[in-house]
Amino acid sequence: MSEHIVQPRIYIMIFLALMLGTGLTVLAAFYDFPGPLNAVVALTIACLKATLVVLYFMHVRYSGRLIWLVIIAAIFWLAIMFAITFSDYWTRNWLPIS
Amino acid sequence: MEEFVIPKQPGSNYLNAEYGLKSWLLTKDHKRIALLYLGAITFFFFIGSLYAMMIRLELLTPQGDLMQSSTYNKTFTQHGIVMVFFFLIPAIPATLGNFLIPMMIGAKDLAFPRINLLSWYIYMAGGIITIYALLAGGVDTGWTFYVPYSTTFSNSYVIATGVGIFINGFSSILTGLNFIVTIHTMRAPGMTWFRMPLFVWSHYATSLIMILGTPVVAITILLVALERLAHIGIFDPAAGGDPVLFQHLFWFYSHPAVYIMVLPAMGVVSELIANFSRKNIFGYKFVAFSSLAIAVLGFLVWGHHLFVASQSVYAGMIFSFLSFTVAIPSAVKVFNWTATLHKASISYDTPMLYGLGFIGLFTIGGLTGMFLATLAVDVHVSDTYFVVAHFHYIMVGGTLLAYLGGLRYWWPKISGRMYPEGWGRFSALVVFVGFNLTFAPQFLLGYMGMPRRYHTYPVELVSWQVLHVLSTAGASILGVGLMIPLIYLVWSMRYGRIAEANPWHLPGLEWQTPSPPPTENFLTTPIVTHEAYEFAPPEHKEVVGKFERQQPAES
Repeated sequence: MSEHIVQPRIYIMIFLALMLGTGLTVLAAFYDFPGPLNAVVALTIACLKATLVVLYFMHVRYSGRLIWLVIIAAIFWLAIMFAITFSDYWTRNWLPIS
Repeated sequence: MEEFVIPKQPGSNYLNAEYGLKSWLLTKDHKRIALLYLGAITFFFFIGSLYAMMIRLELLTPQGDLMQSSTYNKTFTQHGIVMVFFFLIPAIPATLGNFLIPMMIGAKDLAFPRINLLSWYIYMAGGIITIYALLAGGVDTGWTFYVPYSTTFSNSYVIATGVGIFINGFSSILTGLNFIVTIHTMRAPGMTWFRMPLFVWSHYATSLIMILGTPVVAITILLVALERLAHIGIFDPAAGGDPVLFQHLFWFYSHPAVYIMVLPAMGVVSELIANFSRKNIFGYKFVAFSSLAIAVLGFLVWGHHLFVASQSVYAGMIFSFLSFTVAIPSAVKVFNWTATLHKASISYDTPMLYGLGFIGLFTIGGLTGMFLATLAVDVHVSDTYFVVAHFHYIMVGGTLLAYLGGLRYWWPKISGRMYPEGWGRFSALVVFVGFNLTFAPQFLLGYMGMPRRYHTYPVELVSWQVLHVLSTAGASILGVGLMIPLIYLVWSMRYGRIAEANPWHLPGLEWQTPSPPPTENFLTTPIVTHEAYEFAPPEHKEVVGKFERQQPAES
């Protein structure tokens, strides 16, 4: 399999984007968003940054379908963990406490 | 495919190809690495057994007359940690799996020999740090590290132990990765997926769990350390966290970890049952796919550990239902092994005795697991000796027996020597009797209300003490049953009868090469033309509908 050569320009741009994301996270920490939005904002930025790292620094964007399959399987497994764990948290208050 | 003949010195094998400590510590040969693991896990097994002995001695009497409660807490914690993380999880994959997977699929080695060696060094690093933690003062949280005790209240070496387990996890991940890549890419010509021995299938399923699950427990332990050091609040309700979240994360790995322990054992038992019955296994594809089904379903059931931990009752219902579904592929295996035995030419050699013992004990362990998956029954027996008995039937009655059986079965291949069969059968029976006497009374104790993790019980409850005395007596017998093989296996390495290449007369690829095997495993690349358990010659086969049926060979 031939290795895809990534231009240094791309790495620098991704690095700057990650730094921007870090700056936004710090900035967001100084605002108190309503309801659960504090966590939502922080996690959204973190997920976007992780996606950039996986796609570019880990070369997944230039990899074959097998690698994509592995990544999708891992994300699917993570989704199972979150979904079933949240099934506990979402339904805890359904029964009235006597 | 063109056959490649490796020029060899006559009599050269992986044991005598090189000499000296360096040749072992820097080896890239999967067989030597398997032996490095064998030595290390045997060491950890005896450490864990020492703690077990102390637990059983303490419970002989109702009073806490051997140790204080704090010492007892450390003893059962350290028993659990050493046995689970440093013996049961690596026991079969890292020793028998490492040794046999390349040989069974006709490969020269695993896909990444250096990573294989690295995994042993990581295991040793994790083990040494854990041993340091135990010697420095020990840990008393239970092997489960439940918060808030582990994060806030425990004054023991939680972080040091956690670091040891965290590091050890990477060894497991690397072994799993190595197995998956090897099985995908290094099968010999003709070794199709459905010609692979079931041992390989079960290790494939195990490897998936190792890769997908182990990172989660690593992160969870890291969070415990961060909570303990920096009070980040993720498990602390006062800071918006939730202690039950720890249990979700911990069991997301640790329940599938039970399948990391038992799936390889099932692989060993499939080999033993088919080969010592001289029959193709009944429903090969069902047994193969049931391993994958167990691996997948095993990830969906962790919440049955949280039924009484303030988990939502609705989530409890879902987890209860899902837990019952895992019984299906497990039962497929048990029924198919039993059906394989039907009208078979069974030989009751030592490995087969362990294999048959596994079927009975695993069935008891599995069925009592169904009790625990039932919401209402679990409320009654949760955190009692019933649970202790249940998981020991799976882990000791299942994994340990299969490991011992597998070690005996492949011992001629590993060492080039035969073990003494009479002593082998005798010790197998001693282990079986000792095991049942140890753990069967614990079901009754648990049902009667004896909680786990207590070192005293009421003096007036004489029946409890009788059951505890039986259990301790059984543990002593079990200990003798485990010491006998240690002695005769070491003895056989020097004095045992020289083993021929195929002492059991079996069709598996690992038996088609000298004992012990050469470093490259095979003198010529094998070409596979038959199924894994092909015993009957063509004249003994008949076609019924679209199925091929195998008649037992004339004796």
